Amino acid sequence: MEIDVLKKVPISEQDPGVRAHNFDEVCLGYSKEEAVAEASRCLNCKNARCIQGCPVAIDIPAFIHQVSEGNFKEAYRILSDASSLPAVCGRVCPQENQCEGQCIRGIKGDPISIGKLERFVADWARENNIKPEPPKNKLDAKVAVIGSGPAGLTCAGELARMGYNVTIFEALHEPGGVLVYGIPEFRLPKSEVVAKEIDNVRALGVKIETNVIIGKSVTIDQLMEDEGFDAVFIGSGAGLPKFMGIPGEQANGVFSANEYLTRSNLMKAFDDEYDTPIRPGQKVAVVGGGNVAMDAARTALRLGADVTVVYRRSEAELPARVEEVHHAKEEGIKFNLLTNPTEILVDDNGWVRGMRCVKMELGEPDESGRRSPVVIEGSEFEMELDTVIMSLGTSPNPLISSTTKGLEVNKRKCIVAEEQYGKTSKEGVYAGGDAVTGAATVILAMGAGKAAARGIDEFLKNR
Amino acid sequence: MYEILKAEMLAENIWLMDVKAPRVAGSCMPGQFVIIKIDEKGERVPLTICDYDRNAGTVTIVFQSVGASTARMSKLKKGDAFRDFVGPLGQPSELCKESINELKNKKILFVAGGVGTAPVYPQVKWLKENGINADVIVGAKTQSLLILEDEMKAVAGNLYITTDDGSYMRKGMVTEVIKDLVQNEGHKYDVCIAIGPMIMMKFVCLLTKELGLPTVVSLNPIMVDGTGMCGACRVTVDGVVKFACVDGPEFDGHKVDFDQAMKRQQLYKTEEGRAYLKKTEGDTHKGNCSNA
Repeated sequence: MEIDVLKKVPISEQDPGVRAHNFDEVCLGYSKEEAVAEASRCLNCKNARCIQGCPVAIDIPAFIHQVSEGNFKEAYRILSDASSLPAVCGRVCPQENQCEGQCIRGIKGDPISIGKLERFVADWARENNIKPEPPKNKLDAKVAVIGSGPAGLTCAGELARMGYNVTIFEALHEPGGVLVYGIPEFRLPKSEVVAKEIDNVRALGVKIETNVIIGKSVTIDQLMEDEGFDAVFIGSGAGLPKFMGIPGEQANGVFSANEYLTRSNLMKAFDDEYDTPIRPGQKVAVVGGGNVAMDAARTALRLGADVTVVYRRSEAELPARVEEVHHAKEEGIKFNLLTNPTEILVDDNGWVRGMRCVKMELGEPDESGRRSPVVIEGSEFEMELDTVIMSLGTSPNPLISSTTKGLEVNKRKCIVAEEQYGKTSKEGVYAGGDAVTGAATVILAMGAGKAAARGIDEFLKNR
Repeated sequence: MYEILKAEMLAENIWLMDVKAPRVAGSCMPGQFVIIKIDEKGERVPLTICDYDRNAGTVTIVFQSVGASTARMSKLKKGDAFRDFVGPLGQPSELCKESINELKNKKILFVAGGVGTAPVYPQVKWLKENGINADVIVGAKTQSLLILEDEMKAVAGNLYITTDDGSYMRKGMVTEVIKDLVQNEGHKYDVCIAIGPMIMMKFVCLLTKELGLPTVVSLNPIMVDGTGMCGACRVTVDGVVKFACVDGPEFDGHKVDFDQAMKRQQLYKTEEGRAYLKKTEGDTHKGNCSNA
């Protein structure tokens, strides 16, 4: 096919008017021909900056070169050498800030669609039933991995590849962590993509025990002393949702984004076949501007609501990926920017009837370097609503830190871990992902899981 | 899978089951709860632990059939299994954190209402095992809804049973029994632990506040994950928002905003009821019943 080397090969997506009413995946992915054509744009740089931009250091030019030659199997081998979850990363990584953000092609034109190519290769491998190879040598040491989200799966996959005997403990009834309860079906299909990636981790020999809450069902000290684990990786994730602390927030119809998304994604409340209810709402406001806010807004839209995102800064400061904001707008989600809620209005029966807000303007930059919003005097107004979804981030869950002897936490209650290998204050215990950094991205968690696997390997070898 | 070793109907719509769950049985304490999921499509149902046997690796649960998932759970028999059974969740009862000697000097009154008798039982039993006899008031709507009477008799100091309709033992609400015991019969208590329907706990707390009797309640708001992640179970205690699943389920009853908690419970109850009605009666309940 003919291409313009300065432009990305366009990718097909479901029509916005159609997809606003279903939970099927938005992006349809490249065909073989499109993938080969896009791959042919790669300059195959000797000193590839894209690799430095990748938290798990995939040999990007090498796998793309194989795609351009049509050697998809070899491309998959290169990918899965570095990443346990390529089909996930190809879909949800913020490539624009990472690999694609570094791409030389991006200086004059569009960077290579590295994420979409990664997705293509991983999907091709799945469709052709190609799995990563289990390790040839087996080691005796046992490692416990806490949490089966991106950090835990990556750490477990890496350690299993090295030959270790790995068991993942998951608190919920399904493995996958945020990939299952947080990110919606229309961005990351669960049975088709996530479950298959987890199967691949199992194929490496990793055992997964669900319904075990570390710190409650069993403690880390018990795992190490009574159950014979030689090392532990904590990848327990983000934790408790934040609320604003404004009047009316406990009214019926105010949800955390975590609750709304968990009901829809993990419990499949959108599907009538499942018992768990959800109150979709008819006029919904989502407060916050991150990827989770976009996921909640687009979920509410698909459940039939009229949805407005309310965010206190301007569009330029929205922490969500540009692609997510773009998709949300295409689907008909409204944005009330430079707006901050001051009170949830409640009817006589305790239900949400609206939200009082003020308009904001941007003042001086704050510590984060972003211009901080300042209230405009006399700008108060009311929105008529029946549902408010708070998407303001999370604070760490104390379940593990409060039950593990000698595990240091910082003033934000995040677990303290050395950046290079995720080593904590407790011997043999490593940590990474949101439990350490606070809410961040899938790929950063994976990077931390991979680094910790190296740290654990060093520790076990030098014991 | 978590096998059901015993399934018994205690009263109309109230079931008791012993479930094989060694990890939970090995670590749980009175006051904590579990979350149960019957199968892939079921809800995550939170239930307070009624009893446990560490050696046998079993946990006893008692539940009332109120929604879509509990209705299906009630159909399970010995030999069937739950897909998921996770715990223990929440904080153990405050009692378990005090020293036995301190507890021995205290007069403790338990007030149990309806199916709330189940979570009261392990606490009374735990005290008995530690040589402490606590008084227990059990309230039921009517005699046929009274549960665990013999079990409770075996572990309680004095057991006072009352039914709303007077069909068995005393007649009237649990609050009247508290008044009788404290004001007319001269009993002195240092602490009261009340577990039952939200409305009962509210009125017990109003009374015990008047009587100057510190009171602990165990809240049962609807939850999704039960580990602190979703925030559905938030309650206001002493003006501060708490998550019942990680901070509770027990709280100082005199500080709980019961009116708000009851309203919040309503949201999910009607939603859940709606899901159930939709299933049994088709699409007739798709309208906005919940806003009524």
